Amino acid sequence: MNLLGQPVGLVHYLVVGAVLFACGVVCMAVKRNAVGVLMGIELVLNGANLNFVALGSRFLRADSPLALGLDGQAMALFVIVLAAAEAAVALAIALNYYNTHATIDVDEADQLKG
Amino acid sequence: MAVHWHSFFFWLMAIMACGFALAVVFSNNIVRMAFYLILSLGAVSGLFFLAGADFLGAMQLMIYVGGTVVLLVFGVMLTARRPWVDMQTSGGQWVLAAVVGALLLAVLLQTAFSVPPWQSSAAAAGALPPAAEPTAGPLGLAMVGVRVERMADRPAAESSSGLAGYLLPFEIVSVHLVVVLVGAAYLARARRRLSAAAPARPLEEAPQ
Repeated sequence: MNLLGQPVGLVHYLVVGAVLFACGVVCMAVKRNAVGVLMGIELVLNGANLNFVALGSRFLRADSPLALGLDGQAMALFVIVLAAAEAAVALAIALNYYNTHATIDVDEADQLKG
Repeated sequence: MAVHWHSFFFWLMAIMACGFALAVVFSNNIVRMAFYLILSLGAVSGLFFLAGADFLGAMQLMIYVGGTVVLLVFGVMLTARRPWVDMQTSGGQWVLAAVVGALLLAVLLQTAFSVPPWQSSAAAAGALPPAAEPTAGPLGLAMVGVRVERMADRPAAESSSGLAGYLLPFEIVSVHLVVVLVGAAYLARARRRLSAAAPARPLEEAPQ
């Protein structure tokens, strides 16, 4: 199998990141459970993180001046921290919503509809 | 035929990450979705390790897999009742989401393939990647404002542009994290005090 004999490049990482991103977007659009929508957001953030890390990787970059270097990893670290904060707040909101509506279905949240 | 082990583990982790991400999308049971998400995020941390980001891979395992997903599982357990564990989406919405997702994936893939290859000459020749240097030290020093990995290849007399670290974003994100955690604790606690004062009111009055 020729695929295993070749070294991986930047494009491989970008394709995996794109697949994760598209999966997350579809998950956000399709799920009716609010926690499922949150899981879609986590997938999207992971796809973006993978691109950051791949563009800054020591193994994949040439001696290009455009390579991110350690900046990519620092950005990915900030994304991870912000994702943790976002998950905490969103879960608190979801629990409040469940306590007041006795359901977690996001289609039922239509009080603000004009 | 010689197997390139770096590529072998890359393909293993990539197939795991993409496959379990698809399983998250196509599963209807919220508990199984949480489990597939754990496996997908773990595989992504393996990809981080393979790209040479060892500290970031460890942080991904500790914060995401060990923290965020546990938080999500607690959310599932606190909100999962039998009728709402399996919530079905109608077929029309599935078709619409699949079309939009396929279009988005096509655009992203086209962009990804148009990026010029960045492989260094040694990697393009098929050599194994060099031994990993730990990135925790330079990353931690960058957070306090010293870019040691960039100081090596420039003389001290040169201008210090590009040497700025991440001290200010680090402080901002720290304060942000504190505010967010206090806010989340307040949001999650306030309703419980209310419902303790008026027990079991929301469940009966809730419109279905």
